[in-house]
Amino acid sequence: MNNETPLLSVTGASHRYGERYGCRGVSFDLWPGEVLAVVGESGSGKSTLLGMLAQRLALDEGSIRYRTARQTSASGEGGASEDLLDLSTLSEREVRRLWRTDWGFVHQNAADGLRMHVSAGGNVGEPLMANGWRHFGQIRAEAEEWLRRVEIPTDRTDDAPTLFSGGMRQRVQVARNLVFGPRLVFMDEPTSGLDVSVQARLLDLIRSLVSELGLAVVIVTHDLAVARLISHRTLVMKDGAVIESGLTDRVLDDPQAAYTQLLVSSILQG
Amino acid sequence: MTYDATNRMPQDAVLSVQDVDKTFTLHLQDSHQLPVLRGMTFDVPRGACVVLGGESGAGKSTVIKMVFGSYGADSGRILLRHQDSVMDLVTAQPRQVLAARRETVGYVSQFLRAVPRVPALDVVAEPLVERGVNRAAARERAGELLARLSIPERLWKLPPATFSGGEQQRVNIARGFIIERPLLLLDEPTASLDGRNRGVVIDLIRESLGHGTGMLAIFHDADVRDAVADLTVDVQSFTPVREEVLA
Amino acid sequence: MSGPRIVYNEGYLDEQTKRVVRRALLKGVAIPGFQVPFASREVPMPRGWGTGGVQLTASVIGPADTLKVIDQGADDTTNAVSIRAFFEKVAGADSTTRTDHATIIQTRHRIPETPLTENQIVVYQVPIPEPLRFLEPRETETRRLHALEEYGLMYVKLYEDIAKYGHIAKTYDYPVLVNGRYVMAPSPIPSFDNPKMHQSPALQLFGAGREKRIYAIPPYTDVESLGFEDFPFEPQSFDQSCEICESTEVYLDEVLIDDQGGVMFVCSDTDHCERTLTTRDHDHITEVNA
Repeated sequence: MNNETPLLSVTGASHRYGERYGCRGVSFDLWPGEVLAVVGESGSGKSTLLGMLAQRLALDEGSIRYRTARQTSASGEGGASEDLLDLSTLSEREVRRLWRTDWGFVHQNAADGLRMHVSAGGNVGEPLMANGWRHFGQIRAEAEEWLRRVEIPTDRTDDAPTLFSGGMRQRVQVARNLVFGPRLVFMDEPTSGLDVSVQARLLDLIRSLVSELGLAVVIVTHDLAVARLISHRTLVMKDGAVIESGLTDRVLDDPQAAYTQLLVSSILQG
Repeated sequence: MTYDATNRMPQDAVLSVQDVDKTFTLHLQDSHQLPVLRGMTFDVPRGACVVLGGESGAGKSTVIKMVFGSYGADSGRILLRHQDSVMDLVTAQPRQVLAARRETVGYVSQFLRAVPRVPALDVVAEPLVERGVNRAAARERAGELLARLSIPERLWKLPPATFSGGEQQRVNIARGFIIERPLLLLDEPTASLDGRNRGVVIDLIRESLGHGTGMLAIFHDADVRDAVADLTVDVQSFTPVREEVLA
Repeated sequence: MSGPRIVYNEGYLDEQTKRVVRRALLKGVAIPGFQVPFASREVPMPRGWGTGGVQLTASVIGPADTLKVIDQGADDTTNAVSIRAFFEKVAGADSTTRTDHATIIQTRHRIPETPLTENQIVVYQVPIPEPLRFLEPRETETRRLHALEEYGLMYVKLYEDIAKYGHIAKTYDYPVLVNGRYVMAPSPIPSFDNPKMHQSPALQLFGAGREKRIYAIPPYTDVESLGFEDFPFEPQSFDQSCEICESTEVYLDEVLIDDQGGVMFVCSDTDHCERTLTTRDHDHITEVNA
């Protein structure tokens, strides 16, 4: 493993809905510590792209490779070195292992990412239990530590997310997705359902955790302000294709494509 | 002027801008072409302060932003001595530009891009912490700078978003000067400061220059400019003549 | 005048159906704790009343067998009596209430107190075979979780109990890990009975008729009740003894005895209670006569 090998490498990724492409020919590399924003309006293909990356939608063309050690029953778990592996060659068991150990997914709607009737502590502790933690005291201590980091008061640990505000739910979701130490986190419009002030708090929290933990993040958003605040790089999507990409501040301050200029100018006037 | 394929720049320069063109295409205004710079060429030597001169609207800020990477260049080279090699910012990959910003290029803009909820002291200390200095030591150094720039200690724990324009600017300056990088970009850092604080900024600039930092700056105030400028580059001499543009 | 005598196939079910059930059973025995789908048939009782257990019993019983049926420990409830009579009629089997005389014991929600032997088969009636269901309602997903041995979710349930009550409050249908591989619902037996499943000499078969699932634990198989390192499984226990037979360390039912709320605690296993009482009285008589 070296620093020059990306964590995630996407080449020509496409997904078709029948005859029509929902997303076509998307390529990018992502390195550890990088936050990549995918922006565009609804129908631009950004959610389709995220679906493919997260293995929820079929990759009809192209490849998605991830840096990991292949674990085969023959070689056992030891001694494996990291390589860029084509995700389509991994078994379901291996992909699910990656979801337990390497990847997080923060949903737009907390109900999709949390067990709404399980306590906040149970929600955050579940990934640990899934990874074999079997000591209640340790699980609870770790869950409480992560709830503290996302600014949930300790006395709410045993409350279910149904009793929480929208912002708190998202923060619990963030904790649940970081507690097991992932390397790559996907975020689908994590702040879009929230009030502006709550949004700022959550974004700032995500920003500082991401830089502290050196995570790679792919965040899908329609909000350019979100992209500016937390991402290093931005892909602008329209009609299923990437029409502009680069450093976030360059894409937003010196947009080249007509569509990006339109997008940026509509935000500034808004 | 032609250059060979290798990224060649003067030995003593930290930055070498060579034959850079920049045109803005305004797609929303019938794809109107707005040429800003033609054949822009100059060097920033180590330990020297190069001031960009020219009228407002001549493209001074554009030059600074191209060097920082937040604007692209159409052609030419912007060579930066980054660590042990030379990087061409015109063709560099985003992550190379980010690495350059981390290690080599500092930027003090006119406005602080305020990060919500982060106290002023941590805003200033952040570049040191990112370099691996422990937080306590970084905060101590940040406090010294804030004190020098007359930010009262009672404000240090507050997020700068609520500060006055002048206070925000001084926080921004402290953040820009807390670590020394080989190249520092200054875009009117003293615009809204009083005489005393302008003096402090002049001192900070001179100290950094003394340590070998090269600077590329735009100064609104003639007195600051006269105090620190080693060279002046007239941006207007690289601005296309309007008549030519229209032709 | 009497009606025409109906001749049933041995064990009521037709031979094809019994074959289907036996194949599922063989698979279940081969993969301890794994839920095998089977084509659950109609039997002359409503779904949810032990149709899974009845189909299993029908597929393994023969004229040489002696059947005992218990309903929460009791041999004399309507359902237990009916099922016993049913198999006497359709399989020509003997029936008994004595655990030590039975070759097949069909049970709803108890394991007898009398230790089981290698010559016995226990048939459990199962309402909900999927232990993960309450946290993950999608069957497609729970099957995956079993296949990939991802049991974090099961512990979430136990975690929630401890967080809420300070201990694991689940006292029946307490999840177990079978043969170190599959997490299994033991049917709603009290957690008091869980330890009896571990390394049992008897063959244990589980049938869920409505849910169309069969699973099994072969004799002498490890059955571990789940728990945390710092909150291990603890079976229910009773401080007192049966007020009829004075047995201790048995599962007790609380029985209302008057309109004033008076209660007494008695053995849930009626056969055990009766035999203990008989033996004690006999000993007592012997003592007196001596």
